[in-house]
Amino acid sequence: TMATYLEFIQQNEERDGVRFSWNVWPSSRLEATRMVVPLACILTPLKERPDLPPVQYEPVLCSRPTCKAILNPLCQVDYRAKLWACNFCFQRNQFPPAYAGISEVNQPAELMPQFSTVEYVIQRGAQSPLIFLYVVDTCLEEDDLQALKESLQMSLSLLPPDALVGLITFGRMVQVHELSCEGISKSYVFRGTKDLTAKQIQDMLGLTKPAVPAHPARPAQPQEHPSISSRFLQPIHKIDMNLTDLLGELQRDPWPVPQGKRPLRSTGVALSIAVGLLEGTFPNTGARIMLFIGGPPTQGPGMVVGDELKVPIRSWHDIEKDNARFMKKATKHYEMLANRAAANGHCVDIYACALDQTGLLEMKCCTNLTGGHMVMGDSFNTSLFKQTFQRIFSKDFNGNFRMAFGATLEVKTSRELKVAGAIGPCVSLNVKGPCVSENELGVGGTSQWKICGLDPTSTLGIYFEVVNQHNAPIPQGGRGAIQFVTHYQHSSTQRRIRVTTIARNWADAQSQLKHIEAAFDQEAAAVLMARLGVFRAESEEGPDVLRWLDRQLIRLCQKFGQYTKEDPSSFRLSDSFSLYPQFMFHLRRSPFLQVFNNSPDESSYYRHHFARQDLTQSLIMIQPILYSYSFHGPPEPVLLDSSSILADRILLMDTFFQIVIYLGETIAQWQKAGYQDMPEYENFKHLLQAPLDDAQEILHARFPMPRYVSTEHGGSQARFLLSKVNPSQTHNNLYAWGQVSNCQVFEEEARLLF
Amino acid sequence: IQVIENDRATRGGQVYTTNARGQIPPLVTTDCTIQDQGNASPRYIRCTTYCFPCTSDMAKQAQIPLAAIIKPFATIPSNETPLYLVNHGETGPVRCNRCKAYMCPFMQFIEGGRRYQCGFCNCVNDVPPFYFQHLDHIGRRLDHYEKPELSLGSYEYVATLDYCRVLNAAVSYSASALFVLSVISENFPFQGRSSTDMVKCILTEFLIEAALSGLYGRTSNPFFVSHREGQEETSSLRVGFITYNKVLHFFNVKSTLARPQMMVVTDVSEVFVPLLDGFLVSYQESQSVIHNLLDQIPEMFADSNENETVFAPVIRAGMEALKAADCPGKLFIFHSSLPTAEAPGKLKNRDDKKLINTDKEKILFQPQTNVYDPLAKDCVAHGCCVTLFLFPSQYVDVASLGLVPQLTGGTLYKYNNFQVHLDSQQFLNDLRNDIEKKIGFDAIMRVRTSTGFRATDFFGGIYMNNTTDVEMAAIDCDKAVTVEFKHDDKLSEDSGALIQCAVLYTTVSGQRRLRIHNLGLNCSSQLGDLYKSCETDALINFFAKSAFKAVLHQPLKVIREILVNQTAHMLACYRKNCASPSAASQLILPDSMKVLPVYMNCLLKNCVLLSKPEISTDERAYQRQLVMTMGVADSQLFFYPQLRPIHTLDVKSTTLPAAIRCSETRLSEEGIFLLANGLNMFLWLGVSSPPELIQGIFNVPSFAHVNTDMTLLPELGNLYSQTLRMIMGIIQQKRPYSMKLTIVKQREQPEMVFRQFLVEDKGLYGGSSYVDFLCCVHKEICQLLN
Repeated sequence: TMATYLEFIQQNEERDGVRFSWNVWPSSRLEATRMVVPLACILTPLKERPDLPPVQYEPVLCSRPTCKAILNPLCQVDYRAKLWACNFCFQRNQFPPAYAGISEVNQPAELMPQFSTVEYVIQRGAQSPLIFLYVVDTCLEEDDLQALKESLQMSLSLLPPDALVGLITFGRMVQVHELSCEGISKSYVFRGTKDLTAKQIQDMLGLTKPAVPAHPARPAQPQEHPSISSRFLQPIHKIDMNLTDLLGELQRDPWPVPQGKRPLRSTGVALSIAVGLLEGTFPNTGARIMLFIGGPPTQGPGMVVGDELKVPIRSWHDIEKDNARFMKKATKHYEMLANRAAANGHCVDIYACALDQTGLLEMKCCTNLTGGHMVMGDSFNTSLFKQTFQRIFSKDFNGNFRMAFGATLEVKTSRELKVAGAIGPCVSLNVKGPCVSENELGVGGTSQWKICGLDPTSTLGIYFEVVNQHNAPIPQGGRGAIQFVTHYQHSSTQRRIRVTTIARNWADAQSQLKHIEAAFDQEAAAVLMARLGVFRAESEEGPDVLRWLDRQLIRLCQKFGQYTKEDPSSFRLSDSFSLYPQFMFHLRRSPFLQVFNNSPDESSYYRHHFARQDLTQSLIMIQPILYSYSFHGPPEPVLLDSSSILADRILLMDTFFQIVIYLGETIAQWQKAGYQDMPEYENFKHLLQAPLDDAQEILHARFPMPRYVSTEHGGSQARFLLSKVNPSQTHNNLYAWGQVSNCQVFEEEARLLF
Repeated sequence: IQVIENDRATRGGQVYTTNARGQIPPLVTTDCTIQDQGNASPRYIRCTTYCFPCTSDMAKQAQIPLAAIIKPFATIPSNETPLYLVNHGETGPVRCNRCKAYMCPFMQFIEGGRRYQCGFCNCVNDVPPFYFQHLDHIGRRLDHYEKPELSLGSYEYVATLDYCRVLNAAVSYSASALFVLSVISENFPFQGRSSTDMVKCILTEFLIEAALSGLYGRTSNPFFVSHREGQEETSSLRVGFITYNKVLHFFNVKSTLARPQMMVVTDVSEVFVPLLDGFLVSYQESQSVIHNLLDQIPEMFADSNENETVFAPVIRAGMEALKAADCPGKLFIFHSSLPTAEAPGKLKNRDDKKLINTDKEKILFQPQTNVYDPLAKDCVAHGCCVTLFLFPSQYVDVASLGLVPQLTGGTLYKYNNFQVHLDSQQFLNDLRNDIEKKIGFDAIMRVRTSTGFRATDFFGGIYMNNTTDVEMAAIDCDKAVTVEFKHDDKLSEDSGALIQCAVLYTTVSGQRRLRIHNLGLNCSSQLGDLYKSCETDALINFFAKSAFKAVLHQPLKVIREILVNQTAHMLACYRKNCASPSAASQLILPDSMKVLPVYMNCLLKNCVLLSKPEISTDERAYQRQLVMTMGVADSQLFFYPQLRPIHTLDVKSTTLPAAIRCSETRLSEEGIFLLANGLNMFLWLGVSSPPELIQGIFNVPSFAHVNTDMTLLPELGNLYSQTLRMIMGIIQQKRPYSMKLTIVKQREQPEMVFRQFLVEDKGLYGGSSYVDFLCCVHKEICQLLN
């Protein structure tokens, strides 16, 4: 059955972009809680489906106002009476007139079993162009600024020609550039220290429409004043040259920076103006604010550190000691902006390139709540930034940009289930309804979430609660259903709806525990538990989270492990659970939960990506992949363990954020001796080349571009590898305990159980 | 008038040396050459009397004001020696330890030159070793004639770091000029021309100006080229541009830019300078970008429909810009309307004619809001001088708008109903003149006196934070400060009354200097000496300034009464104590005050002091402000215009035709007369003017053909035209304001305006004729004597 479940999981993932922690559901609330790992799923709402052409009509909705579920293959259909029964609320619905011709042999796509996921194109409503607002820090070193300018100029050529673009630059002051004027370049300048309300910003930019006296006789004109909004946001095809020149002439912030000071950087006000500008001109239209920063905000609202260089930016140590002066206020400022941007459907990207921290900790909510990208690098003049940035504008098989905007995700459940929350790049839309659980996991209390910016890999964790009571058994063969409805603005500016409806079998956990156990998806479960842990870590103290994770693991082992009392060596987990403890072990060590080896910015960065990547990438983040290359055979995955580091091997480690190639001691010596250049040792040359090729493949596909490290035995960069591998040499021999043996803390706590 | 001519006849063309204490200088209307021999030239300081009464009782008895009108940067003719510059290196000027007076001819060296006694406070100081010099047989230092500070009334010191503001102690920056233009489209454009045309006109002029002097070095324009220790160097003057309507536009004209950049500041409530680098630039370096900008400005705003404007934020922005650049400078603001846009310093139309002739009339002369006074204070603190060019077509509240220019030592120019084709020349002359003026920035003036009296009151374009330091953002060659003195003890006839005026300032090129003017006056216990040494022109300057200052606080009626009473009192006192007995019905005037009644009447008839609703409030506020900074020569001409017959012109002579009294009775139908008061010039044509003259001047056959709609005479080759235009040129010369020429035909409507300037006649809006006034004063005197 194992093989079939793996296939089932894989099929479902490919078709629907969904993976559940449990693929057979415990049928009562009590039993479900005893499963330890909650019923939850990893959902990739816009998973790329080249084989799924969108249908050019609108979905059919259940007529019950509180339900409005969408017609799907799980619905009972009476073809003669032209009726269908909603599988969520059992309402009987008439088909619309357009469906008059349906029959068993003439079904619309959404009724066919293989179309559990359907994408609809909405024809109604005005299509609005995509909007890109560049917000550029000018307090950069000359070559950094030059590189950034070139990247920005390059990006103009990648944008869709009818996209609207805008430019805000900032340093000590904030400049909003008017892109329409000829002959002279004009900009509106704002003080970088003054917190302005949205209304003030709009007044000052002249965005407020002149008060039109109310004419009761005349119907209100919905058309927006085009000239007002177009001053700062112009179609790229019109101002391409102008903007290219403008970017070319962009100077470093001209205000002198005294010795021992940081440049005054008004990031907080700049972002506030960007948000205010879009709010005033294009509310509820897909837009992307792209913020490029080369250092921390040092003045005004949202400042993270003062301008005295001798006072360093806050560390985890400072935060722990409540010594981070500006953190709370700054965080509040950016949260306010993030919420406003999210409310208007605008997403915010942050591209932070600096050797020191730039305040991502305080600003993270801007990307995390709006679905924007967060990119961190050392300099804009690195291929890491340049290629990552270029990848934002990559296109899919249809030539469309891999970006979507202003999405809402709605979750509907059959009545035995309720939705408890979501974790991912989203905000709650606060829509209460019959399927909303009172218990919250992640962002809860709603059945709808807004995701302002998303791409085909954006992935959310959705958590459910089984509400069926123990004494109300579900009939044999009963199935629970969940429908995911994602409204979004496609990069072609079409409005689209993607609907995924899934169903799983219920099982009585007392009599059919084996079924449930066999249908456990340990990979999905690990990622879902990890998201919960990281979500908690954002608000709780680290040790508490670790303790909570440990307790969950112990409970899981208690429930599903087989052991003889008082005999630890007898402990066994079935195959479907066998990898899970290992994931948890690595998760504990991961930068998502261990903060003290990283700066607060790095932690925020890692967590940002962890909360939005799909399952495969998430697993790599939790447990880096290690490949070994040798003359003994083809490359093979090896344990992330120091025992894997051997003199005659080349290792390739992928931690998601880093790709490390490590030459073993002997290999490194051979390379130094130049064997690869001798024709008789061509196979050595191939051996050296193989991991490079594989690394390139990863580098090409991944967003953001990982840091590429090439090192060897004894090399200083080898620490990247050594910090990840498990120091098994010391422990492995002591606790020969199968695969779980590595988890020392777990072992100790587990022992207490026995 | 006879008095003026007499003085001219006796003293004109001669050399006047300032070697003796208490000498009475020639009248301001008399041309002569002045040689500094120990006292400051009357071009720098003039006094109401050159002989002070010994006691305050005596002063009270005579009621003659004791005042000096100081014009520290007065222009001196090229045939007089410019001020010497003394440089004592790091030690700085030698000063009295007690009163801090600077070394001057009034210091008495004793004990073989080892010590000196201060002429002001009598303190005995050691001579610093580096300054020691032996004395000659009459107790004078051997280097007396080698050191300007020992032998001259006026000279300059190079100031040491101690005299600099902490702000710019380390580096001295040269001054900057900021051109600030209002760009609004008005409902009432300049007579059919939009304000952007105006702007173009202004900018073109600037370009001409800059181009002329801009190829720098070849010009004598002091604003562009500075003299430092005798060496001429090209100016490092920087220029900047701001335009504004409801918001402010700054321009980046950095030389490396392909095109200028405009930066809009909309936060007018807390205005700031959006850029540093590229805002204030060297004209030479950024010439092409500036030209590019100036070409574009008119078009840029051509289709703007913004008709509201701000004002105070503009000044603040300019001031902040100078502050950021750490240099003093001058703001040239070109403005045309009431600033009604929502911003600090917003004004409303409060021109309420009902207030005229009430106790509340003074409100019309006071600024409307309390924004402008602190603003002026900040400007002064940062050496930011504001010069305002106003182009009003209706009420703009000059009293409020003019406050900052007044308090910062700037100049206010006002062109009513400006018409580009008629009035540009006048305006452009003013602008050129203003740019070229000799000017000192960031100045503090201190007036020290010998014991027994002290300076008590100051009038002028100044800001005072305390009672002794006169602070000025800038002071130019036309600005005068009037200082009133009062006794605080007895004065002795032996030592006299000594005045030392020291002005610490920054030159255009950024050098900190001290300019010292010294003047010794006599003292006497005889009232007769006092009356003999009076100077009416200076008296009127003082009376005008004190009256115009009082306008802010007192009802006009009271002020007029005080002036009449004081006049009567001064004359009565003379009659009682100095004049030989004579019939009671006879009016007896001291020689030095022969013209006092006629001038006083002119002052009383000035529109500022006349409470008449027919006169524009702005005009009154404007004239009040002008007079406050005037020197003696300017106030004399302003209150008593020159009226010269043209028809009797001797075209072969270069001397001006003798002026005649300003009265209608002096005009004749056959005559052509030229009248000038420093602001306006009128050419009055009698109905029977000689046709050959008309032909000569206007190139038209007869009186009837003369088109009065012109502000410039045609340039014709004949002698009449050439001579008349030369005469007008001479009258205009040295005057701070370019006079607007009006052609007036006898018995035509515009003659009414002209008649107001016939100041000996009964005024159009009231104000008595000279004869009536004389009678009135006489009556008062008689009452006093009885």
